[in-house]
Amino acid sequence: MLAAERLCKSYGGRAVVADLSLAVAGGEIVGLLGPNGAGKSTTVAMLCGLIAADSGSVFVGDGADRRQLSVDAHDAKRRIGVVPQELSIYENLGAAANLMLFGALYGLAGALLRERVAAALALVGLADRAADKPQQFSGGMKRRLNIAAALVHDPDILILDEPTVGVDPQSRNAIFDNLESLRDRGKALLYTTHYMEEAERLCDRVVIMDHGQVVVSDTLAGLYRRLPAVETIELEVDGVVDVAALAREPGIERPLQDGSQLRAGVADLGRAAPALLTWLAARGHAVHRISSGRAGLEDVFLSLTGRQLRD
Amino acid sequence: MNLAAFRALVRKDLVLYFSNRRALVMSILAPIVIAAFFGAVFGSGSEKPSRIPIALADRDASALSRAIVASIAAEPAFEVKNVDTEAAFALARQGKVRAAVVLPPGFAEQTRKALLAGGAKAVVEVRYDPSQATALALVRGLLAQHVMKALGDTIGGPGAAAFGLPFTTDDVASTAADRPYNGYAHAFAGMGVQFILFMGIEVGVGVLLARRMGLWKRLRAAPLSRTLLLGSHIASGAITAVVLLAIIYAAAIAIFHVRIDGSAVGFVAIAIAFALLTSSFGLLIAAIGKTPEATRGLAIFATLVMVMLGGAWVPSFVFPQWLQTASLAVPTRWAVDGLDAMTWRGLGIDAAVGPVVVLLAFAALFTAIAIWRFDWEEPRG
Repeated sequence: MLAAERLCKSYGGRAVVADLSLAVAGGEIVGLLGPNGAGKSTTVAMLCGLIAADSGSVFVGDGADRRQLSVDAHDAKRRIGVVPQELSIYENLGAAANLMLFGALYGLAGALLRERVAAALALVGLADRAADKPQQFSGGMKRRLNIAAALVHDPDILILDEPTVGVDPQSRNAIFDNLESLRDRGKALLYTTHYMEEAERLCDRVVIMDHGQVVVSDTLAGLYRRLPAVETIELEVDGVVDVAALAREPGIERPLQDGSQLRAGVADLGRAAPALLTWLAARGHAVHRISSGRAGLEDVFLSLTGRQLRD
Repeated sequence: MNLAAFRALVRKDLVLYFSNRRALVMSILAPIVIAAFFGAVFGSGSEKPSRIPIALADRDASALSRAIVASIAAEPAFEVKNVDTEAAFALARQGKVRAAVVLPPGFAEQTRKALLAGGAKAVVEVRYDPSQATALALVRGLLAQHVMKALGDTIGGPGAAAFGLPFTTDDVASTAADRPYNGYAHAFAGMGVQFILFMGIEVGVGVLLARRMGLWKRLRAAPLSRTLLLGSHIASGAITAVVLLAIIYAAAIAIFHVRIDGSAVGFVAIAIAFALLTSSFGLLIAAIGKTPEATRGLAIFATLVMVMLGGAWVPSFVFPQWLQTASLAVPTRWAVDGLDAMTWRGLGIDAAVGPVVVLLAFAALFTAIAIWRFDWEEPRG
């Protein structure tokens, strides 16, 4: 449904996106993850037609309906809905008036426009606030209207750039429900975020970017299979731990200390935890807290790049 | 062109502007109030011109000097204070009179000798307020006239009347339809131009704010051409400007009796051309501005310079000649002169052609620069 092929973009001789390819099919939510400065925003801007790629192409649609964004820009853009990270709605226009405007920009008019506006408002749970202005809304309601504005023309593809920034958990869940229902209706969704738990909850596939390139693209299950350890253990310890020495201990993977927090992957929690506590005690490190959990995308990124996902 | 989208964008801009009641009231009330002030200050033909205050000290105390003092006191252009020399100089220094005139001792005798026997002329000391130097020429001229008249009266005899002016003038204000000059007409032209340009600034700053808020990104993600996006801003800005100008002039006509004595068609044409200039000016601001805050400050400064040079505050004919010529390169000069021509000067449509052509040319220039300089790329990241 949406395909980027070998996209490149440089600013001032510095490659921001380099040879990036990705694809999103209908009925799929693909997460685009990466630390700040990884090139996500530039990639999204090229996918939306906001900036031109130095080389490479973006295609929208399948088969005979396939359109190249740089050639048939208007046709291609009609099939894309964009949810910018910023609240891109007019605070002084009513909710329905906002959607009427954005629908008109995509060529909708008359009864069809009114019908689509009502449907989009209903989908995001704002049907009873149609006449109210967003300036009277909570942050979560504004975010939902922000998404509705991208849906009003019923696009096949939805590109969401960190759409839940600053949203309370209840509204976030409501947004996730909306997005999952869109996926179930066959829409293709590209979701950029740096919240790992969002990607884990929502995405069928994840594309991880770093330094303008795709580091990995796989299903969540596929990504976890790449991990040397499926469990993590976290401890609050005194002193500076010799993580290099700890890494040589059997069953301990990629230990990392950040202040008093010590984190490591473990293949077998039952065996590794007592061994780790013994190892720390033998070196004079008092342990104040211990917890364990499943490895996540953060660990995947760490495993693949040797770096942490920066906020 | 997607006309539905164009209409929707224009309608959106108009709804947002006209629903902001506080800003709207200020956009309308401010020019009316300030124009009313300027109109009252610069006067109107229906009222008596303000009199020039002068101080007069008669140190000669002769029949001639007393006749001069009496003659000057009767002069309608003067408001005379008869005081001694020190008091006269003090009043001039304090700015309470435009000039202090001192008739010296022996003035009558010396003047007669100078006039009839070619002796040395008497020296009348005139101390004037340098901040009101333009009044000096008037004081000197009227003083000469009254001295000659008094000489004629006091010397007497055959031919004495020849000392007075050998002619009188018939003063007729050169306005339309024999109507007295209405100072409000120029004031409303000037303030209308100024505050509508301020509205143009808001058009430009609005685009910059939309960029900052991500709204511009969403608009650009829609299947819209650049021409349509920028064109909608020009259209909505121009419509807003025309509506504001119409409301401001409606108040001028209804309350201050300003009349469009010239061509109504010419007036409308100038209004539309100026409205297009305003919105293209706003677009230019959006194209070259960086942040809304800094851009607003610079744009207000640029606008104030333009309206000052354009004669919006004081008529351009009071400028030095070089500045009058230079100000022809400023579009506001053409807007103000054009509106003046169609209102109190009562000129025909041919007098509107020049301003309309120049204003449209500036609008085209501003639009071209805006399109050239507009940064279509989104922020990098």
